[in-house]
Amino acid sequence: MMEDLKAFLIDKVLLFESDTLSPETEKILQQVRREKTDKPVIYISSGTSSVIAGSEKTYSTVESYIKENIPSAELVRVGCTGPTNFNPLVCIQIPGKNKLFFRNITEEKVEPLLNGVFHNDISEDDLVGQTGTRGFELWSGIPFMDELPFFSGQKRIVLGNCGCYDPENIEEYIARGGYRAYIKAIRHYTFDEVCTIIEKSGLRGRSGGGFLTGLKWKNALNTSSNARYLICNAKESDPGAFTDRTILESDPHRLIEGIAIASYAIGASNAIVFIRAGAGHTRNRLQKAIDQAKDYGLFGHNIFSSGYNLDIVIRKESGAFVCGEETALINTLAGKRGMPQLKPPYPTTSGLFGKPTVINNVETLMNVPLIMQNGPEWFRSMGTPNSPGTKVFAVAGKGRMSGVVEVEMGTTIRTILEDIADGIRDGKEFKAVQLGGASGSFITRENLDIQIDFDILKEMEIGMGAGGFVIIDENTCMVDLVRYYMEYIRKESCGKCIPCREGTGRMLEILESVIRKPLNEESGTTLERFKGVMQLETIASVMKDTSLCGLGQTAPNPFISALKNFRDEFEEHIFDRKCRANVCRGLRSFSIDVDKCTGCTACSAKCPVNAIYGTRLQPFFIVEEKCIGCGVCFDICKFSAINVK
Amino acid sequence: MSTDLDIILKKYKQGKREDLIPLLQEVQEVMGYLTEDAIVKVGGFLGLSTTKIYGLATFYDRFRFIPAGKIRIKVCNGTTCYLNGSQSIISKLKEEIGVVPGQTTRDGIFSYEVVACMGGCINGPVINVNGEYITHVKVEQLPELIKRLKYVIEND
Repeated sequence: MMEDLKAFLIDKVLLFESDTLSPETEKILQQVRREKTDKPVIYISSGTSSVIAGSEKTYSTVESYIKENIPSAELVRVGCTGPTNFNPLVCIQIPGKNKLFFRNITEEKVEPLLNGVFHNDISEDDLVGQTGTRGFELWSGIPFMDELPFFSGQKRIVLGNCGCYDPENIEEYIARGGYRAYIKAIRHYTFDEVCTIIEKSGLRGRSGGGFLTGLKWKNALNTSSNARYLICNAKESDPGAFTDRTILESDPHRLIEGIAIASYAIGASNAIVFIRAGAGHTRNRLQKAIDQAKDYGLFGHNIFSSGYNLDIVIRKESGAFVCGEETALINTLAGKRGMPQLKPPYPTTSGLFGKPTVINNVETLMNVPLIMQNGPEWFRSMGTPNSPGTKVFAVAGKGRMSGVVEVEMGTTIRTILEDIADGIRDGKEFKAVQLGGASGSFITRENLDIQIDFDILKEMEIGMGAGGFVIIDENTCMVDLVRYYMEYIRKESCGKCIPCREGTGRMLEILESVIRKPLNEESGTTLERFKGVMQLETIASVMKDTSLCGLGQTAPNPFISALKNFRDEFEEHIFDRKCRANVCRGLRSFSIDVDKCTGCTACSAKCPVNAIYGTRLQPFFIVEEKCIGCGVCFDICKFSAINVK
Repeated sequence: MSTDLDIILKKYKQGKREDLIPLLQEVQEVMGYLTEDAIVKVGGFLGLSTTKIYGLATFYDRFRFIPAGKIRIKVCNGTTCYLNGSQSIISKLKEEIGVVPGQTTRDGIFSYEVVACMGGCINGPVINVNGEYITHVKVEQLPELIKRLKYVIEND
């Protein structure tokens, strides 16, 4: 059966000359897509975030349940649909009826849920919504998924397949129209024509720079060289970004198709996917997808008699943030230290092993098969004139909803924050949105109406970065957050150029002095600390101007934008030694409530600096000059007699 | 031990410079860490000096030069986990296990690492114990957890 299906898909779908398939073919494809099925199907989300939430346990519980009760049912692992706080997301399809989605189905919820659904008694508690297929019966009174606020503000192009099919099953991807654009390209278009189509579409690199993808490809194609390389940068090492990982886990086949088309367009016969370390799950999925595609003859020697050869390999990084930078990445792949180099020469003229190399990120490549399928005009119809298309963000932090979202270019930050993420969790006050990961900027309430567009953001000096979108509430101390990012960058600085190596260290030192309580109160301390902050601004501007690569040049961004928007918070830390969010431990001061203290001596015994004095069974007191603000007394007191200020 | 290494080296027939990192990654995957012998042998195989390989391997975070513990604890320190209080988890674990991130305890039971985003942002803070994820970690539950893990290993 499998072999038959393979031959059928290759003959009647992949190599079928006309754009519209015959009705008989469509019928079989519908079955492959599980749209026409006479047995119940249960889909379980299985991305990393679902696995963390316990989806594998859910899977095995469902497996044993259906073995006992409904042996005809089919169980499928799918990718991640988007909202991570709904994971593990379970979708149930009863023959002839629309799919139903249920959220947070952990193992203990499986049995009541399945009992309910298969006996027509659906509990409303975990129900999210339904999705429709033509000709299927609707569930009345249940909202459609795309009408939910989380989805209605989105335009899902790149994520269109995520969560819809089994990523370990190439047949399903082909049944959804996959790999046809690639076959068409290698059989009917020249290298240059493919580049022109992408250039016409106006697709810009999604990794931050916003360079025209088609132009980049042309630059590489127009060099005289016997070998070229295509690298897909799927490293995504920003703390708090998970878009690429979700795409790789949920729709690996389209990424591979994008890589294949891009490789063809620049005439490369070697493509490398560079993925992050510690992502075993992602790597296995991708490897499986590549193996399946090879089995279908989509890569290898003389692909479908077109005379084109292509080989795709996965290379794993070894843990260095700077390797996201193009030249550093090339050095890593060549087996050297991942240190950046001076540009020019650009990788498109002299990259890996001195050959022309194009580096694209995951999201950019995901757009390519769609543009080849639907034409550049279709792509231009979305977004803004200068930034067509959509942008994927990893919404995380303190919003009510979080997950991977995709919006049209030109959407405002406010839409994502208020409609898609549904505002701030637990009734807290909004403070800022941090866009673009460890070297991004903060967007405050005043700027929420700016549109997502490469040129507009560049004008405002906001980097879009890899698509991190972290929502910050009043409980976060901006000084501490800036320190956190600086600590991360300092650790990851490769040490090649001095402004970055020394600058990040100095900036971290000064920021740490701001949030630390000076042990002895000498007259000049406050002045010194203030001077430190003045110096910070100078260091930041020097680093920006003189660092070798993007890492150093953008490293001061969080600080610069935090100082611009939250200057009062910095000043409070420096002059008043106060942290309004109560995060900076060094600045906390503790006092003992004499009415509540029973004199049990627990705190005084634990205090690491012996700052708590008193007589047994009498109220104790804290010597503020000695206190280092560690909070041990606060944690240990059983009578809540310790107050924090 | 050496046979493992020989099998790996055999896979890389030509032994080019660009094979160095995948080779070291594979050695670490099989042996758990990069032993001195392995580095010397890889150097001989690729025609590179040992110092050069050591210099490269220390540049990257993921290579380790001491054996991992029986229980590997990883704490996520991505932005969202940080906002949810991963810092206090990190310092509490340091106290409980008795080593700083990147080290292994003397008895070889625990090794402790801090990593950037694991991808479980909504469930933060997240820690990973030998591949099992623990979500919404609270500082109070850590002493009990460490005690239990230690008990399991010692009575195994």
